Amino acid sequence: MNRSFIARNPSVLWFLLALSVFTIVVTVLSEVTGVGLISTSFVKTLGKTLCLCLIAIAMDVVWGYCGILSLGHFAFFGLGGYAIGMWLMYARTELIVVESLANAPLPPTDKEVVDAIATQIFGVVGSSEFPLLWAFSHSLALQLLMVVLVPGLLALVFGWLAFRSRVTGVYLSILTQAMTLALSLYLFQNDSGLRGNNGLSGLQNLPGLDAVPQSVISIAFFWASAVALGLGYVLFAWVVSGKMGSVIRAIRDNESRVRFLGYHVESYKLFVFTLTAIVAGIAGALYYPQAGIINPAEIAPIASIYLAVWVAIGGRGRLYGAVIGAAFVSLLSSWFTGGSAPAINLGFYTINWTDWWLVLLGVSFVAVTLFFPKGIGGLFDLIVLKPVADRQGDYGPDKGAWRKEEGEP
Amino acid sequence: MSTLLEVSGVSVTFDGFRAINNLSISIAQAELRAVIGPNGAGKTTFMDIITGKTKPDQGRVIWGPRSLSLLDMSESEIARQGIGRKFQKPTVFEAQTVRENLAMALKNPRGPFDVLFYRKSRATAARIDEIAEEIGLTDDLPRRAGELSHGQKQWLEIGMLLAQDPQLLLVDEPAAGMTPAEREHTTALLVRAAQTRAVVVVEHDMEFVRRLNCKVTVLHEGSVLAEGSLDHVTKNQDVIDVYLGR
Amino acid sequence: MIFRLICCALTLCLALSAARAQDGGAPLQALLQANADAVANPSRSTVDGLLAALLEADLPSVPLFLERWRDRAVYLRASDGLFYFATQAEGGFALTDVDTGADLGRADGTDLTELRPNAGVRRAIGSALVAFQLLDDDPVKRLAALDAIARSPAEDQLEPLRLSIDEEPDPALQARKIRLERLLSARFAATADERIAAIESLKGDLGVDARAVLNLILTTSPAVFTTLPTDRNIAAVLEPGSKALSEAEAYARLVEADLSPPLTGVATIRDALIAAIADGQVAGIPVSTLTTDAAREAAYEALAATGAVPPLVTLEDQAAALTAHQFVLIYAESDPAITAAAEETLEAILFNVGLNQTADLTLDALSLASIYFLAAIGLAITFGVMGVINMAHGEFIMMGAYTGYVVQLFIPDYTLSLIVALPLAFAVTFGAGVAMERLVIRWLYHRPLETLLATFGISIALQQLAKNIFGTQARPLTSPDWLSGTLTFNEVVSISMIRVAIFVLALLFLGLLIYILKRTRLGLEVRAVTQNPGMAASMGINPDRINMLTFGLGSGIAGIAGVAIGLYAKVTSEMGTEYIVQSFMTVVVGGVGNVWGTLAGATLIGFLQKGIEFFNPSNTLAAQTYMILFIILFIQFRPKGIIALKGRAAGD
Repeated sequence: MNRSFIARNPSVLWFLLALSVFTIVVTVLSEVTGVGLISTSFVKTLGKTLCLCLIAIAMDVVWGYCGILSLGHFAFFGLGGYAIGMWLMYARTELIVVESLANAPLPPTDKEVVDAIATQIFGVVGSSEFPLLWAFSHSLALQLLMVVLVPGLLALVFGWLAFRSRVTGVYLSILTQAMTLALSLYLFQNDSGLRGNNGLSGLQNLPGLDAVPQSVISIAFFWASAVALGLGYVLFAWVVSGKMGSVIRAIRDNESRVRFLGYHVESYKLFVFTLTAIVAGIAGALYYPQAGIINPAEIAPIASIYLAVWVAIGGRGRLYGAVIGAAFVSLLSSWFTGGSAPAINLGFYTINWTDWWLVLLGVSFVAVTLFFPKGIGGLFDLIVLKPVADRQGDYGPDKGAWRKEEGEP
Repeated sequence: MSTLLEVSGVSVTFDGFRAINNLSISIAQAELRAVIGPNGAGKTTFMDIITGKTKPDQGRVIWGPRSLSLLDMSESEIARQGIGRKFQKPTVFEAQTVRENLAMALKNPRGPFDVLFYRKSRATAARIDEIAEEIGLTDDLPRRAGELSHGQKQWLEIGMLLAQDPQLLLVDEPAAGMTPAEREHTTALLVRAAQTRAVVVVEHDMEFVRRLNCKVTVLHEGSVLAEGSLDHVTKNQDVIDVYLGR
Repeated sequence: MIFRLICCALTLCLALSAARAQDGGAPLQALLQANADAVANPSRSTVDGLLAALLEADLPSVPLFLERWRDRAVYLRASDGLFYFATQAEGGFALTDVDTGADLGRADGTDLTELRPNAGVRRAIGSALVAFQLLDDDPVKRLAALDAIARSPAEDQLEPLRLSIDEEPDPALQARKIRLERLLSARFAATADERIAAIESLKGDLGVDARAVLNLILTTSPAVFTTLPTDRNIAAVLEPGSKALSEAEAYARLVEADLSPPLTGVATIRDALIAAIADGQVAGIPVSTLTTDAAREAAYEALAATGAVPPLVTLEDQAAALTAHQFVLIYAESDPAITAAAEETLEAILFNVGLNQTADLTLDALSLASIYFLAAIGLAITFGVMGVINMAHGEFIMMGAYTGYVVQLFIPDYTLSLIVALPLAFAVTFGAGVAMERLVIRWLYHRPLETLLATFGISIALQQLAKNIFGTQARPLTSPDWLSGTLTFNEVVSISMIRVAIFVLALLFLGLLIYILKRTRLGLEVRAVTQNPGMAASMGINPDRINMLTFGLGSGIAGIAGVAIGLYAKVTSEMGTEYIVQSFMTVVVGGVGNVWGTLAGATLIGFLQKGIEFFNPSNTLAAQTYMILFIILFIQFRPKGIIALKGRAAGD
């Protein structure tokens, strides 16, 4: 079975190979081995990019394969980040507090320690007590569970509500966007229990590992991200191949016909939505310790729309397309907005890419949608496949998402 | 002969327009039935009601030996009860191969996890080959359904219907766009299928209906106008009025 | 006006100089001299006669004199026995004449005696002064006097105020005086009956000051008793541990009243233990074992046993102390009849205020609904009628607002610029909409999700473009004066003119759109293309043209909405994003493909948002969160919106 799975999906093997080579090359060139061609901060950027690739393949499965244009997956990503961030912040503050209280004339009681941690963490929002949300924050195991449970449960509940009322296509997109907006607005409040717009910070400092240099930590996270991406890729390649993939793509193309075949479409959508949300949460949990800070702005609907942009530019309906899109656009984006792109002097006007990058991105996005609906990944078709007479293009939801056509007899 | 499906007193209104008006039809366990009627007689809406796509304003739809009400079920539940439907316009999954289309339709557990951990077996592969043989698409199994001709798509859809192994087949204009030879094949197939299960065929083509040689129900303005053999109904004055105009 | 003032001044001077000739040059000085003893050594018994005489004389210089007298700035010069205003200055005192205010040079301090009226006299002078001001010929001064009384009401103002009511020629001022008299009577009238009558007369009053007066009468102070006294006007008995009085607060009162020792808190224990550390031990207990609160308490008790610290007071002691005492609120006002009347009146007023607040909230909600309607209606046309998602709709709103801003740069007259800006904004966004439809959207009609993403690309590009052109800071779009006022119905209900204008604009557009869609050829064609493009095309309608025009119309309305929104909110490059989600919600909640649906959706969302904000005014973020959650749930029950199309035309 496994053999035939690889045989039927040669791209998985190629992808894993490329990922391993990339990981090893980056490690060798990093500061850890002393070569130092790749700076620690760039290793972090690459590690973060791998996490973005992971959420991008999740997005590709939910959108490119299942036809649900979710504008909420970055919310799940953020929730994963918050879940791990809570433990990182708690554990690190605990170490600091215990150290400072060790010099006190009386040994501290447990409550004094907890109170001091709370004051440290919530001082910025004028509170000194732990909200109920933080009940598990002392335990790494429980918070790791939260990384999976919180996005999963939210996706489950939201998806169940949305799918059972047969909200589809554009309506569903807008509904997911509303969910994301509601979540980010909620987190922006100071009394949300997650430090309002201050977010959680200092996440790059792992508790108890102060002695370990950041270069090592960054490589460790880079490896973890690469492994997660590899596992995620295999998982999703498995899900979208075989009969499951067949049903999922059928749902994308003609939801009601699948229903008449006896499949409970809502369960399938819910399964895909929840599974991808969980993977998004895991990606977020790996991303934010590398980013160092998470705040509600990261969850805003715009982030999820960018995610869709990456996937569309990379090419929907193929997992490696999503990876290429996420890596290409996010690295390009940081190159342009980071000010390293050379300004173009037109004589009468100088184009500063920090100002004009978004314009370029917007316009090129329109161009991709109009002229290259298969995205960058479509280029592989030119190499690999013989062009086939395709009476109906397979680039994502077509008539299945067209409200008037749904279930046309 | 016991009753498989009983539709009684069903009415549906769309924006004040009565598409189905106090309709009552019953279908026996193994029966071939043709439903004819002029445009707008409510043939397609009748199928929509049985398959759960349209919920009627009033009336009952009772199914099977256990007398379940179909009105409380979703489309997929109804399909799992053993009601298969072929649409007027062929609707197959064009981006997928013929084999995938058939495999999806094959009678198997339908839950997400059943499907996720589904493994191909020799038996299912044989069954797919058997159906492909029957619908004449054996050579086309690895092709994408989108590449098939219109008639082949019709066949594929009928094949998917057979793969579902339903107790009741609802077939909407199966012969449209087929050559005479293909029509004959279709007739034979439907007649054979009707020996073990119920088949309801909606058709315009009287010649095709005549060849089916079965009981005919004439719908008009959402209710049954006449019922009986084709010869019987074509002699009915009401039917002549409706078809030929007054 | 100025001419008249000069004339008055001249006549006054002439009159004064004439008077001076008669009364030794100074009528006030003469009057004061006539009562010299009463002025120099005023007492409670003599001052009333003197004030009456001054009042009688009706001289223009009297109010200033009274003021100075009260403020101890009037001096008696021993050498000539005359009264002067004097202020301390270099080389003694600077003298001014009491009648004319003329500078009379310096005088030696030894020659002058300061007049020092006592407190009672000064109060009498003060109320006389009020009487003077209230009877002043100048209505501006009378108004100022009333304002002063309203600012700091006092008992002695009541009498002169009452006296002045009948004399008041100006009806508006008279009404104000009557109201002020009621407010003062409620607090200061001599008899309880009078006060109760005054309090009850305030029932229909919505003014904040009326509520303030009643609240003053109802002022309470907390007190603690072991048994309840019968001779005090008790407002309420508070149960410790209730919402009004927590146990900690109640105990703090006991501690404050020295009825109980303070609770020995964690911090106290810790400090006491730290202070008592000797050789790593506290009262014989090793410090390292004191890692729990129980251990520390035990150590403290051990310390207390040695007498080094006061005994431990625990939560049990606190509970016992609390049950032994009664916690009450006592009215400052001792007469229960008055407080009862005030309570009743206050309740009636608050109910009335509540009703009016509801009305005010309704107005607010209506105006918010009309803003949402304006913002969403363009989207409803493109989204509902054409099935096309335009994520750049918010940016069209922004373009409209910036158009208004640019027009104002060129046309400084705000009214004129507004008149120019509205059609221009329509034209600009109409053009943008048509261009977008031609270049992008028409290629994507059967791929709605991709339309969403492509228009999103346009949206980010437009947003960044606006940022590059106009900068990141907010630009003002100033409304003309006639729009900047407020329409005030009473003390509680009011609405700004700009919101009224937006409401009118929304109504106008509602009517216009209904007319276009239902009564014109264009509307007919639009509806035909919406329902069946193929059939419409075969009937000779050009669907391309119709789609283009519809899209242009929807975008154009967004531009006008942009001007309207820009007038009351800030114009920034990001303003579109604030409205886009709300607008989608409006369309989805209302029901797609229907102008009335959008109206219903906008009304629902507007009222909902205001309603939630009313219950949770401090937190608009939470209000928005709850609103979105409500909408998500709403769609569960009515997936097709409030006004849903039925039947086959509705698709699934």
